[in-house]
Amino acid sequence: MNNARQIKHLYARGGFGIAMGELLQRKNWSVKKAVKKLFAVSEPIVPLNVLTENLDLQSRADLTEDQRRAFQEKRNQQERTLNKAWMQQLSTTTDQLREKMTLFWHNHFACNIGNAYYQQQLNNVQRTHALGNFKTLLLEVSQTPAMLQFLNNQQNVKAHPNENFARELMELFTLGRGHYTEEDIKESARAFTGWAFNGKTGEYGFRTGTHDNRTKTFMGQTADFCGEDIINIILQNKQTAIFISTKLYCYLVNETPNDTHIAQMADLFYSSGYEIKSLLELVFTSDWFYEPQNIGNLIKSPVELLVGLNRQFGIRYDNLDVLLQFQRTLGQVLFKPPNVAGWPGGRNWIDSSSLMYRIKIPSTILNAGVIDFTGKATPDDEAYLASQRKQQFNVINRVQAQPDWNRFLQEIPLQFPHLEIASLLLEPPLNARVTTEVNNAPDIKTLVIQLVSTPEYQLC
Amino acid sequence: MKRRAFIKSSSLASGAFLIPSFLKPFEAMAKPELTGYKNLVIIQLSGGNDGLNTIVPHGNDIYYQKRKTLAIANTVIVKLNDIQGLNPNLAALQEIYDQGWMSIINSVGYPNPDRSHFRSMDIWQTASNADQFLSTGWVGRYLDANCQSCPNPYTAIEVDDTLSLAMKGTQMKGIAVQDPNKLLQTTREPFFKDLVHQPNNEHLNEDNLGYLYKTMIETYSSADYIQNTSKTYKVTAEYPSTGFANQLKTVSKFINAGLQTRVYYVSLSGFDTHTNQQNQQGRQLKIYADAVAAFIKDLKQTGKLDDTLVMTFSEFGRRVEQNASNGTDHGTANNVFVFGGKLAKAGFYNDAPDLTNLENGDLKYQIDFRNVYATMLDKWLNVNNSQILNQNFSSLNFI
Repeated sequence: MNNARQIKHLYARGGFGIAMGELLQRKNWSVKKAVKKLFAVSEPIVPLNVLTENLDLQSRADLTEDQRRAFQEKRNQQERTLNKAWMQQLSTTTDQLREKMTLFWHNHFACNIGNAYYQQQLNNVQRTHALGNFKTLLLEVSQTPAMLQFLNNQQNVKAHPNENFARELMELFTLGRGHYTEEDIKESARAFTGWAFNGKTGEYGFRTGTHDNRTKTFMGQTADFCGEDIINIILQNKQTAIFISTKLYCYLVNETPNDTHIAQMADLFYSSGYEIKSLLELVFTSDWFYEPQNIGNLIKSPVELLVGLNRQFGIRYDNLDVLLQFQRTLGQVLFKPPNVAGWPGGRNWIDSSSLMYRIKIPSTILNAGVIDFTGKATPDDEAYLASQRKQQFNVINRVQAQPDWNRFLQEIPLQFPHLEIASLLLEPPLNARVTTEVNNAPDIKTLVIQLVSTPEYQLC
Repeated sequence: MKRRAFIKSSSLASGAFLIPSFLKPFEAMAKPELTGYKNLVIIQLSGGNDGLNTIVPHGNDIYYQKRKTLAIANTVIVKLNDIQGLNPNLAALQEIYDQGWMSIINSVGYPNPDRSHFRSMDIWQTASNADQFLSTGWVGRYLDANCQSCPNPYTAIEVDDTLSLAMKGTQMKGIAVQDPNKLLQTTREPFFKDLVHQPNNEHLNEDNLGYLYKTMIETYSSADYIQNTSKTYKVTAEYPSTGFANQLKTVSKFINAGLQTRVYYVSLSGFDTHTNQQNQQGRQLKIYADAVAAFIKDLKQTGKLDDTLVMTFSEFGRRVEQNASNGTDHGTANNVFVFGGKLAKAGFYNDAPDLTNLENGDLKYQIDFRNVYATMLDKWLNVNNSQILNQNFSSLNFI
């Protein structure tokens, strides 16, 4: 039995692709066995711990202007360090599924703040519960300093309720638009008063003094609700299971929702008490997951594209900053989602210029070339730029990357047909023209570089 | 690595290779002509430009009280009327203003302003409400609404390496071109060429793969069109030697060469001035004004100024009161500048910002920025603004 196509698809969606050698070893595995293995290797939780200092705990009141600038530079440095550390982890870890789901939650609970230490903490919460229980995940995420700060629950106090968190909790995290009222937002915001972190220690702590303990009416129920009660009520509503299942279906299966499959997912998710692992197992072992219309039709996000390439070819970078530059150019910088709704994804990743770079970057990395572009400043760069005379980055980056060609070539059996290589490297089915041309490629290296430069390679 | 070596090493080995048979070159598709159209040039000042130190309310004492060390000295301001004048670094714009080619709209903003750069820039670029998240930009939606008559990506060009959200629609997107020749060279790599130039191409599938090929072919065709059309014109006017001026020079080249482009987008960064603001902002304002003045004069000279409207905005203004480190913090309403040869209301469009009537120390907006967009859509680009802004905004009278 040869299940190469199914196993490749499983790894493309439940991870960032599978290296050729591994795939060839596993091609006779049953899908069930491969799924089991995918979960088994993702059991360990390896947190990111590159940042040990929370800069926001320092007093900045008496800093001189130069010290302030140095401080800001240190903050930026932390952001770069964190970004590179996660890229590295994504590119090298064996627990692909956990990281793939961490990336999903990273976008679901999108957060963009200047404090990289808090971002790291939030990221680790998302990683820890990535395959665990959604309720625990939701509760812990909601109580991270990162989220309390980003969604202004820090400013949500009895005397002046701030509704930002309550609104996003329902609109983006659980129920989706149209399944709650403005009144529900107002009332639940009052329940979340007092959820705050200590600015001196960075610890979460419930503040009874600012909590509004009068009765609230939320979704038809009336009591002196606290935040946990609101979350319970929201999870009792099956719409939450449907909303999360739909989003996950679009992430793992197909951008066009299939109501039958999603209902199946939502039923199980709800009845299991929001166990993410059970939900994922259902998806990966369903026949519909492996149907042709669900294979090779998703546009890889920039991070998925880069990570997949890194993994497939075992690429090492002399300077990881180049990966940051690629993220910027392609429009997805980890820890910097454009807004609370996250990256819109799908065809939004593609425009004329981003497609050009996407097609060029893989061949450039594999061919040790140079990429030439002027980066657009991000809002974070503005303060720095304002203090600089130079108003544009003129970046000519040497990619300086070493693909492990030896490993890659060794993994390919002798006399292995070019066509087989092509069909293992690309997710969409090969058409007749591809078949002919692939057979004509002069050597494997040329063939591979051409393959990673096709529009087909942008899909998973 | 030398340029030549780079091209060589990053180019792909050639060969007729990998092209679905249903594809055909974009050139062969329908190519409707646009005639007698007008251009819109949008200039984005990124970082939240301090409007009060740009168009300075020298006639208002409160300004000097609130900005003890940061106020622009009364003696150096280029006074335009009893209340407001130009920051001296904008001196180059005086002539433009005096000719009636500039309109200053004060106190432009939106309800429930957001003081985050990211979010506020999103709001300006998507023309959303403050509590609404849109993944398409307003120019992009303009392109969508006009797909039938102008299906080419170069209908909207951003002179940059990457495309802003403002330029992205659902069906249509603009194209980012920093340097037309460089873009052409990139697309002319043999492999890329092989991918788009194939016989027997009939139609593109609607799936994602078809979309990718379609985008690729459009880019290829656009790069060709933009370079070959724009190289017929050489800009003779003098421009300052700054990156920003170069971008406007490129826009002038495109406009004068007769490119079928309706919207151009350019940005200038570096306005996030929390500390030691005067020098930093002054430097950026000078870069801005010198380049814009050169651009407007250039267009006047070539007879294109009447067909061109230039609009400048920033994602927000600054607080009225300076902060403790000779800077200003993120604020709300701001001025918008409009330039053109045929303005209906040149000079000041409306009254100076009211420094007595503040909200938590911030200016209250008088004009929603979407009224400014609506005006340009209705009166300049001739489309019904409600189609693009999702609700109807009334037009203003600056054009």
